[in-house]
Amino acid sequence: MTAVFPDIWPALPEIFLALSGVALLMLGVFRGDGFTRPVSYLSIVCMLLAAVLAMGYGSGRVVTFNGMFVMDAFGVFMKVLVLVSAAFAVILGLGFNEREQIARFEYPVLMIFATLGMLMMISANDFISLYVGLETQSLALYVIAAFRRDSAKSSEAGLKYFVLGSLSSGMLLYGASLVYGFAGTTSFDKVAALFAGGAHVSPGLVIGLVFVMAGLAFKVSAAPFHMWTPDVYEGAPTPVTAFFAAAPKVAAIALLTRVVIEPFGHLAAQWHQVLVATAILSMVIGSFVAIMQTNIKRLMAYSSIGHVGYALVGLTTGTQDGVRGVLIYMALYIAMNIGAFAVILSMKAKGRMLEEIKDFSGLSKTNPMLAATMAIFMFSMAGIPPMAGFFGKLYVFLAAVAAQEYTLAVVGVLTSVVGAFYYLRIIKIMYFDEPAVVVDKVDDDGMTGVLVITSLFTLLFFVAPAPILNGAAAAAAALFAG
Amino acid sequence: MEIGLGHYLTVSAIVFTLGVLGIFLNRKNVIIILMSIEMMLLAVNLNLVAFSTHLHDLVGQIFAMIILTVAAAEAAIGLAILVVYFRNRGSIRVEDINMMKG
Repeated sequence: MTAVFPDIWPALPEIFLALSGVALLMLGVFRGDGFTRPVSYLSIVCMLLAAVLAMGYGSGRVVTFNGMFVMDAFGVFMKVLVLVSAAFAVILGLGFNEREQIARFEYPVLMIFATLGMLMMISANDFISLYVGLETQSLALYVIAAFRRDSAKSSEAGLKYFVLGSLSSGMLLYGASLVYGFAGTTSFDKVAALFAGGAHVSPGLVIGLVFVMAGLAFKVSAAPFHMWTPDVYEGAPTPVTAFFAAAPKVAAIALLTRVVIEPFGHLAAQWHQVLVATAILSMVIGSFVAIMQTNIKRLMAYSSIGHVGYALVGLTTGTQDGVRGVLIYMALYIAMNIGAFAVILSMKAKGRMLEEIKDFSGLSKTNPMLAATMAIFMFSMAGIPPMAGFFGKLYVFLAAVAAQEYTLAVVGVLTSVVGAFYYLRIIKIMYFDEPAVVVDKVDDDGMTGVLVITSLFTLLFFVAPAPILNGAAAAAAALFAG
Repeated sequence: MEIGLGHYLTVSAIVFTLGVLGIFLNRKNVIIILMSIEMMLLAVNLNLVAFSTHLHDLVGQIFAMIILTVAAAEAAIGLAILVVYFRNRGSIRVEDINMMKG
């Protein structure tokens, strides 16, 4: 057996990001916390450069590193989404961290390492690389959740996230070990080939598959594995929450999609029921429990649980159209989610952050532009045309109807109506209630930029939807060709 | 009686279940939760090594090595977060982790 030097070019974005993460860490160590802003700017540049490198990959499917790593159009699409949303999340944290006196250079560096883990998850082609990518991401995220060291809430959020995240990793690993034992391999390609050949599906393997899916459901915070989400979202510093709600979710959905379509594509009969139950529960819990929330960050947590439910509706179909719907949904979801968090981060009175929903009352009178921006995101999340969120739901439900998943489509539409209640309630509070506090002007250029970009994207997506629709279609096709 | 694959799998299933129960039923101390997490990972390793021997395939043992390494890093981060938490609250009792309802 001879050692062969692997083809490293498909992994260029990961390698670049890893090296730049180490370099920025050194820069921060030698220059100290006073150098946080330059390190943050450089980390944004590095993430965007990595996105450019990922886009430069082209198309076609390459498996390298001894079958551990795969790069295809699906990987390109998801990696660009993750990198762009992570870069936006770093921008959101700039002003906040300085105001709250937690501006340390570790923040952007940890973001880079978490993003590196996400890229590895997206390109995983083996249970070993899946686990290593997932843990690279998770270990960095546990630390960022507890980033505000002197706050009891933030450290409690970090602790809860750590315990439940480790539990989910353990379940995923137990499932992976059973799959290894009963399929005889950890490679996605070999597992797929085994079942394409019509191998006998043993109960042990199905148990393993269910454990793996339960572990991944934790990571995407789908019900019934969502219980950590509201607490972590509420306790973590708000820019961290914005990051949690966007990039890791996209990466985990990408991983779940690859796992159920590639290695277990021939076992649709086995995973279909699990996904149907998870999707329905997520949509119902995401819409009904959110109604009772008074904290805007908890509300966004339940909203994200609901959105994952809608995305899973597309995945449940197991068809190429369904996966395309999932990808479109995630692309539009992160745009409106980052935008909504940019508004939440701009909500401060006399330098104090406002996190209660009642603080939004009368925002249209004290800060009309901010209120209008929030209204765009809320309309979009409720799925009202012609906002971007409507198209996300449209493609997912179209795929569900085409695959004759009528129950899912009906439940999805009904829970969207319930969800519209609490999104529209925020708009009602902003426009028809009397102002309680005077909200400060947005004085952060980066924040203004994020608000403008995401709100224009959400509002005007229907004018030029082609890049995202085509990208998602190519990505879904690549997954099914492989 | 020969000790076969089934015995190893049974032991590992029991250890894994004990680990999960330890996380959910324990109402005393967060350290016990960390120990339960380690127990779950050890059950997985036992599984992998047993399968690896049974299949005459080394991948399972490589996987187990990687899990050991990552588990060490995970324990370090868990303890670090626990220390930060203790500094803020002065307690690591599980009942006291209740600032946010959920």
